[in-house]
Amino acid sequence: MLNSNLKLNQRLFSDSVEQIPIRKGFGEGLLAAGEMDKNVVGLCADLTESTQMHLFKNKFPERFVEIGVAEQNLATVASGMAAMGKIPFITSYAMFSPGRNWEQIRTTICYNNRPVKIAGSHAGISVGPDGGTHQAIEDIAIMRTLPRMVVISPCDAIEARKATVAAAQNGTPVYIRLAREKTPVITTEETPFEIGKAQIFFESKNPETTIIVTGALVYKALLVAKKLEEEEGIGLIVVNLSTIKPLDKETILSAVKRAPKVVTVEEHQVFGGMGSAVAEMLAENFPAPQEFVGVKDKFGQSGTPDELLEHYGLGVAHIKEAVKKVLSR
Amino acid sequence: MSDLEEIKIKELELKANEIRQSIIEMLIEAKSGHTAGPLGMADIFTYLFFEGMVHDPQNPSWEGRDRVVLSNGHICPVLYATMAHAGYLPVDELKTLRKFGSRLQGHPHREYLPSLETSSGPLGSGLSQAVGMAIADIIDSGIDTRRTIYCLMSDGELDAGNSWEGAMLAGKLNLRNLIAIVDRNNIQIDGFTEDIMPLEPLADKWRAWNWHVIEIDGHSFEDIHSAVNQAKAVFESPTVIIAHTIPGKGVGYMERDFRWHGTPPGIQDIDGEPKKEEQSKIALDELRSLGRKISGYHND
Repeated sequence: MLNSNLKLNQRLFSDSVEQIPIRKGFGEGLLAAGEMDKNVVGLCADLTESTQMHLFKNKFPERFVEIGVAEQNLATVASGMAAMGKIPFITSYAMFSPGRNWEQIRTTICYNNRPVKIAGSHAGISVGPDGGTHQAIEDIAIMRTLPRMVVISPCDAIEARKATVAAAQNGTPVYIRLAREKTPVITTEETPFEIGKAQIFFESKNPETTIIVTGALVYKALLVAKKLEEEEGIGLIVVNLSTIKPLDKETILSAVKRAPKVVTVEEHQVFGGMGSAVAEMLAENFPAPQEFVGVKDKFGQSGTPDELLEHYGLGVAHIKEAVKKVLSR
Repeated sequence: MSDLEEIKIKELELKANEIRQSIIEMLIEAKSGHTAGPLGMADIFTYLFFEGMVHDPQNPSWEGRDRVVLSNGHICPVLYATMAHAGYLPVDELKTLRKFGSRLQGHPHREYLPSLETSSGPLGSGLSQAVGMAIADIIDSGIDTRRTIYCLMSDGELDAGNSWEGAMLAGKLNLRNLIAIVDRNNIQIDGFTEDIMPLEPLADKWRAWNWHVIEIDGHSFEDIHSAVNQAKAVFESPTVIIAHTIPGKGVGYMERDFRWHGTPPGIQDIDGEPKKEEQSKIALDELRSLGRKISGYHND
């Protein structure tokens, strides 16, 4: 059942659950962060509205810089602004930032220890019809290998808003991964959020399997948990891992010690992604059988988000199958 | 703007000569690192740290200071040596260049030496950082800010698109508080810049992005002084100073020879050059003798 302590959306499992794009929460969060701290500045690479930075730009035009289609410049100019005490947020599609400007992020932001906040919108294959060139499914891997970088992948618009406000205040480089499509709202205003804290969203009475999931797929994982619990009597824990780095070792270990079969679910390549991060930690601390739901070494293509999630093995049926498979190991 | 007095020029020439000696000494000790670029840029660094820049070596994090971004991090021996002579660190420490645990990393890293304005090494990213600093400065202090952001960069790194992305943005925003100084020494690792990737007409390229362009002899303190002052007087746009320099300046056998781009003296025999056992002594003797000549002139 849903963890009542977290005050999650009561209408979560209803057909009429509200759906909002996760990136919209970022836009609102940036506006709020800008109101709280005059040092917050926004830089965008010709995608101001689709990354939702226009809310900030309209309110604070003097703190907004239009960089044009130049993502390497986006990262390096932000580094320079941070050197002067600013808290820059930079936005583009995840494929271009951090996709195209990785070395600049490494050297001028992380190595240089500048608190630049990188918001990568349109992450994952659910970008849909734009096709594989625009579907970032490697971004978690390339960001989490960077020392000092904090990696956050919010599960809904409300969590994205809270993560954005928290990122403005944490003093380190941060990568926030944002999905384009409308996503069911899972959390509420009252749900606590802290960078670096994983949360147990769902726990059955006698759980055997822990699903660890990040981003827009958290909703699907919760659907699977509810169905398996109700229809097949399979007990699960669902962990919302919104901060992928630093990894909340304590919460994950406590869940996996109670339900020691693991399924990780992410809209990302399985190589180097969130599942890998979990596996690295478990291998050292509490080895457990693990199934990886994610993209298996393939590029994306055009299609509707649902078609693509099904084709690449990220649907409800695939998560269910992974639970059964890991239970049999 | 007042002209530099002759006595000031001689002081700066002498300081630049000491800095060149330090560069050679630290490279001999490190047994690796870049030689030609640091020697070529010694006069410009000397001018900035001993005359042009507003800064306080005793208080490196002073908020009111000018900023100097070194984009082509590989010429850091000249940055470290100049900073040491200016009082940021002990001159003796220069001998730790590139050694384990040293504050003087092979390419500048501000985690190790916090008085650096940035870490650099991968080419083409410094100008954009300086652009970001200039934008932030104007947000905070207005368009009539009195601060200057300097970016020191190489000609070879203008092969990189990131450099021109920064140039385009600075031109768009008319960043009058930004001065880029391009070390136009015509060499890069693989050879002469015009063979590797032609840059000319270089001044026109900058003008096309709305920059004010000044070309100077990068070894003339009068030229450097006059260009920096002219740049500060230009209100409408950022300024680039294209400084024509001689790579290896001050050591005869190294001058204008791209083979000394990334090699210190004393490491290898190079065709037509002094034998490796003699390279270090010849370089230092030549610089010391030049120093004596400058002092003598100064004492007259």
